[in-house]
Amino acid sequence: MTSRRSQRTSPALDMDAVLDDPGIRIIVCCGSGGVGKTTTAAALGVRAAERGRRVVVLTVDPARRLAQSMGLTELDNTPRPVVGVDGPGELHAMMLDMKRTFDEIIEAHADPVRARQILENPFYQSLSSSFSGTQEYMAMEKLGQLRRAGEWDLIIVDTPPSRSALDFLDAPERLGRFLDGRLIRILMAPAKAGGRSAFKLLNAGFGFVAGAMTKILGAQFLKDIQMFVGALDAVFGGFRQRAEQTYKLLQAPGTAFVVVAAPERDAMREASYFVERLAEEGMPLAGLVINRVHTSPAPALSAARSAAAAEDLESRGGHELTAAVLRLHAGRMQLAAREHREQEHFATAHPTVPIAQVLAMPEDVHDLNGLRRIGELLTA
Amino acid sequence: MSALDTDWDGVRLHVVTGKGGTGKTTVAAALALALAAGGRKVLLVEVEGRQGIAQVFDTPPLPYEERKIAVAPDGGDVYALAIDPEEAMLEYIEMFYGLKRAGKALTKIGVMDFATTIAPGLRDVLVTGKTTEAVRRRDKSGRRVYDAVVMDAPPTGRITRFLNVTNEVAGLARIGPVKHHADLVRGVVASPETAVHFVSLLEEMPVQETLDGIASLREARLPVGGVFINMVRPELLPEATLDAAARDDFDPGELALGLKAAGLADGTADATSIAEALAGEIEEHARRTMLERRERETLNEAAVPRYELPLLADGADLAGLYELAEAIRAQGAA
Repeated sequence: MTSRRSQRTSPALDMDAVLDDPGIRIIVCCGSGGVGKTTTAAALGVRAAERGRRVVVLTVDPARRLAQSMGLTELDNTPRPVVGVDGPGELHAMMLDMKRTFDEIIEAHADPVRARQILENPFYQSLSSSFSGTQEYMAMEKLGQLRRAGEWDLIIVDTPPSRSALDFLDAPERLGRFLDGRLIRILMAPAKAGGRSAFKLLNAGFGFVAGAMTKILGAQFLKDIQMFVGALDAVFGGFRQRAEQTYKLLQAPGTAFVVVAAPERDAMREASYFVERLAEEGMPLAGLVINRVHTSPAPALSAARSAAAAEDLESRGGHELTAAVLRLHAGRMQLAAREHREQEHFATAHPTVPIAQVLAMPEDVHDLNGLRRIGELLTA
Repeated sequence: MSALDTDWDGVRLHVVTGKGGTGKTTVAAALALALAAGGRKVLLVEVEGRQGIAQVFDTPPLPYEERKIAVAPDGGDVYALAIDPEEAMLEYIEMFYGLKRAGKALTKIGVMDFATTIAPGLRDVLVTGKTTEAVRRRDKSGRRVYDAVVMDAPPTGRITRFLNVTNEVAGLARIGPVKHHADLVRGVVASPETAVHFVSLLEEMPVQETLDGIASLREARLPVGGVFINMVRPELLPEATLDAAARDDFDPGELALGLKAAGLADGTADATSIAEALAGEIEEHARRTMLERRERETLNEAAVPRYELPLLADGADLAGLYELAEAIRAQGAA
């Protein structure tokens, strides 16, 4: 009763309840780079499969180590079965190949001649392999495909390490805005005017703009874009529509967002931002997973007492080992206290968000057992 | 320290990359402080619109404008700039084409949106272009305005593509102004005036990414700088203890006696129970230390200068930045 004022306690995130809920069909792991998002996604996949679900993990992280930890030499754009999963469920894993995914969309929606035109266009080649928003868009596209295929009852996806954290939510909208925008109509004009320079057909304002664009970008660049856009128009009638469908899918109750963080200032700040953005967008949040949390097996011995005792021993001489161990412990307690403060800041701002902690392990994850262990820590 | 005996004399553009979570922005900021020490003028630029520099220096968000953000040890100024691609594009159009009005019109119909977020490679050319302009800029007397420019660059996984601008726009613009601009940028980025530094931790994934990043930069013939190993913990325990603990064979007997001598335990039984609890901590520390040593060896393969930066007990606050800057100077990186 009295502790409520001094210490805020967030509700515990019951991850097993999420994994066991047959109504949950999609889990999205998001968070800033380097917080262990992909490992969390894989660990959730292993645990869900071992608790009986048919799971596919879709990752965007090309880390070989992760593939190896699931016994796969490498991950590609097709779901591969993971061998060694115990229990009644199944686990598949795949890595998003954004160019391949983009190519497949083109091939599926255009006649062969037009498809080749698009695939060979230099602008398309650049867009499909290096535009920073393509990965986000294709991740969402792949998610939609997997969901429609209906082969899995749980899809776990981790999100690209984007420039800004929620690019994967914004990118489809941005691409849609571009494809529906005024600019596209200008670029499209030549194709519609039967190859004649469309700029002449437009009013003086547009002509001025077009002239500027030619001057800045160069005529060839503009021509490539025009060709690309012209060819794409026929293919991508449903482009924006599909992006909107996936977006709605993410808002539906069958989806659970898991924000992943590490107990450090930057990562927790990003986590706060995520939580707020997801609420704004009406996306269902399951909770926050905080990875790599440090605790001590001797919590009663405080950092201050430990450091003071070490100093005392050092000044008296002798007991060098004990002094060194006390220094080590003081550092550890200090770190734990700092991490705890970061969590409290978050809890103060978002008191209703459930939290699960994963204790730091001294070594990295190498195999299914390692992923299993993370899963246990996550639900402990 | 004389300005002439560092490892990167002659380098004017320091590009700092690293895997997410390694403290890339913090190290870039500390490097800028270190380079400015002793009365020099350094520009710290941010290219990803995250306002990480403002957070590190604990200031309000940075505008698209070079402004003084910190004073270095022994006098010296660090300026900061958050590059906004759209602003850079407008500036570029105005500067090179004298088309201010066109810029506004282009923004209105979405060309800017297109050019800076949709058109691949263009965005990167714009931000690297703005950065290299600052590197080349001279005052009226013909002296360089900045002694050095430090860029808080995109993460390791994207760095080669980001810097390899000519390649990126090659398929798009074989000729014309975009190509010309990209060539100009390449001239600076691929020259000995540039060094691309990596920030890593002594953990498997960041080390592997660092080695992969270095290999891909070399392949693209871009200049590799040094590796900054961040958040290094001191090795406190004697070798014999580490060995025993790593084998799960640590004897807490001596520790229990020490705890008693230090007045931390209430009798022998209490001393033993605290010592046994601490033994768990020691084992973890030992395993971690062994892993860190292996990773340090692995980083050796890259054969580039390495610098070690201490883990800051209170996190990367402003005082911590100066501490890191001092460590950078002491090791000859600046």
